[in-house]
Amino acid sequence: MERDTHFVLGVYEDEDVLMNAVKQVRSSGVKIHEVYSPYPVHGLEHALGYKRSRLPIAAFLFGMLGTSLALTMQFYMMKFDWPMIIGGKDFAAFPDFIPVSFEMTVLLAAFGMVGVFMVSSNLKPWAQPRIFDLRITDDKHVMAIDLAVNSGMDEEKIKEILSSSGASEVNNKSFDE
Amino acid sequence: MQVTSSVRQPLVTGGKTYHDVTHDVSRQVEGKPSLAWFLAFLTAAGVLALGAIALVATLWEGIGMWGLNKTIGWAWDITNFVWWVGIGHAGTLISAVLLLFRQKWRTSINRAAEAMTIFAVICAAMFPVIHMGRPWIGAYWALPLPNTFGSLWVNFNSPLLWDVFAISTYFSVSLVFWYIGLIPDFATIRDRATGLRKTIYGALSFGWDGAAKTWMRYESVSLILAGLATPLVLSVHTIVSFDFATSVIPGWHTTIFPPYFVAGAIFSGFAMVLTLMIITRKVFKLEDYITMGHIELMNIVIIITGSIVGIAYITEFFIAWYSGVEAEQYAFINRATGPYWWAYWSMMTCNVISPQLFWIKKIRTSIVATFILSLVVNIGMWFERFVIIVTSLHRDFLPSSWAMFYPTWADVGVYLFTFGLFFTLFFLFAKFFPVINMAEVKSVLKSSSEKAAN
Repeated sequence: MERDTHFVLGVYEDEDVLMNAVKQVRSSGVKIHEVYSPYPVHGLEHALGYKRSRLPIAAFLFGMLGTSLALTMQFYMMKFDWPMIIGGKDFAAFPDFIPVSFEMTVLLAAFGMVGVFMVSSNLKPWAQPRIFDLRITDDKHVMAIDLAVNSGMDEEKIKEILSSSGASEVNNKSFDE
Repeated sequence: MQVTSSVRQPLVTGGKTYHDVTHDVSRQVEGKPSLAWFLAFLTAAGVLALGAIALVATLWEGIGMWGLNKTIGWAWDITNFVWWVGIGHAGTLISAVLLLFRQKWRTSINRAAEAMTIFAVICAAMFPVIHMGRPWIGAYWALPLPNTFGSLWVNFNSPLLWDVFAISTYFSVSLVFWYIGLIPDFATIRDRATGLRKTIYGALSFGWDGAAKTWMRYESVSLILAGLATPLVLSVHTIVSFDFATSVIPGWHTTIFPPYFVAGAIFSGFAMVLTLMIITRKVFKLEDYITMGHIELMNIVIIITGSIVGIAYITEFFIAWYSGVEAEQYAFINRATGPYWWAYWSMMTCNVISPQLFWIKKIRTSIVATFILSLVVNIGMWFERFVIIVTSLHRDFLPSSWAMFYPTWADVGVYLFTFGLFFTLFFLFAKFFPVINMAEVKSVLKSSSEKAAN
C-alpha cells in the first residue's frame, strides 16, 4: 500500500490501568488498532473483543494426522509389505504399535500447531515488524489507534480520551511503506 | 481469577520493576563475558577436546575400544545414555507439568532447565548412535527408510525402535517449546541493541511485535504444548525402561520399571538443575530471581522423587523374593552382596539416604548443602543405571559365561566428551541467550513480588 499510516499511541505503565483503559476507549467509540505489551496480560484479549484462538483445533487435526500416518505406516510395513515372525507375535501386533503412534501424534500436533502459529502471526526470521515504541518489549504497554480507521473522529479528541483513560504519555507515530 | 495468598513468599525479591527485570537479564547477553565465564567455558571446551580423542578412536577402531565383552554387551554406554536422558527430564517437567499445575515459581528457572534438557538429550542420543558401531549407515537401522533389501523394514515390535521415536520426538518438541518461549525475550534484546547484534537478535526474534493477538496465540500454543509435553515426558523414560523391562533377563524383567524410571529421571533432573542454577545465579548475580524459595521447592521435589525411588528399590527386592523365581532372587541378592556390592550400596546411600537429609529445613535452605547433595544424587543415579545394567548381565545363565566389566580409557573418554559437550553448550547458552524468561517473570511480577506484598 502506497500511503503513510498515522497512529496515535497511548502509553500505559500498569496492566490494570491498561485493562480499564481498553474498555473505556472502546466504549467511547474509538476503534483500537492493537495493544502491544512486554508480557501476556490475562483477559486483555476479552477486553479487546478478540475471538478465541483456533490453534487448539489445528493441534488436534495435526495430531489425528500423526496417529493415522503412524498406524498406516506400521500396519503396512509389518503386516503387508514384509511380514516377519518376531517372537511368535501376530504380524499386526497392535499393542506394539502404540508407543510409536503416540510419539508421532505428539510430534505432528506440536509441529503442526507451531507452524500454523508462525504463519498466522507472521513470525519468520526475515520479518520486519512495525515497532511502535521500543519500550513495548521492556516495561510499557502501548495502545495504537489508527487515524485512518477513526477518520470520523477528531485527532485531538482521541488524544483526550487516551489521556483521561490513564495513559502516561500520548504520542504520534507514522510509518511510510 | 487467581488469588495469591499474602502469606506466600514473593517469587521475585529486591523490589524489582519491569525495567529491572529486563536490565538484569539482558546485561548478561550485552556485556563482555566475565573472567569466570571464560575460565569455565575454556575448561568445558578443554574437556570436550580431550574426550574427542576417545570418540574419534571409538569411531575409527570400532566399539572394540570399549570394555564390553560377550557377556556384558551393554555397560557404560547405555548407563550414560539412560543417565543423560534422565537428567533431560527436569526441564520439560518444570516448563510443562508445572505450567499445567499453575506453579508460578517455575517462571524464573524454566528457561535454563529447558536448555539443560535439550543439551542432556543431545549427550544421551550420542551413546546409542555410537554403539551402533557404524553410525554413518545407522539411519537404515533406526528409521523406517526404504533400502536395497526390498524393503526390509525396521522392527516396530522392538522397544529399541520405540526409543528412537520417543527420544527424537522429545528432543524436537522440547526444542520447539524452548524456542517459542525465547522469541519474546530475543525481541527485548533486539529493541535494546544496535548494529550487528540488532540484526542477529532481530532474526532470532522472528519479527516479534508483542501484539495482544500474538500474545493470545502464544499463550494458547504454550498451553497446548504443555499438554502435549506432559504425557510425552512421562512416555520417554517409560519407553527407555521398556528397553530393559520387555526383555527376559532376570533383574530387568520387572513391571515396576516405567514409574520407577520416571521418578528417578525427575529426581536426577532436578538435582542437575540445582547444580547448574546455584552456579548460574551466583555468577550472573540473579539471587533475586532464583531465590532460596526456589531452591527449597526443588529440594522438596527431590525428597519426594528420592523417596519414590527408594520405595521402588525395596519393592523390586521384595517382589524378586515373593515371585519365587530362583534366577530373579539370585539377581537381586547378587546385586547387594556379589562382586558389584559397592555399586549397589553407593546407589542406596546416594539415592535413598542422602535426599532424606532435606527433611531438615536447615539443610534444604543451605546453598552449600544443596549443591553437594545435588552432586551426590547424580552420582547415585549413575550408579543406579550401572547396577541395573551391568550386575544383571555379568552373571550369565551359564556360569562358564560369567564375567566382569572393566572400563577402558575409551569408555571414560567418551563419557568425558559428553560432559564437555554439555557444559560447553550450557555456557554458550548462558552467555548469549537470556537465562531467565523475562516475559514470564514480568507476568507474575505484579502479583508476587515484594513490592506487591507491601
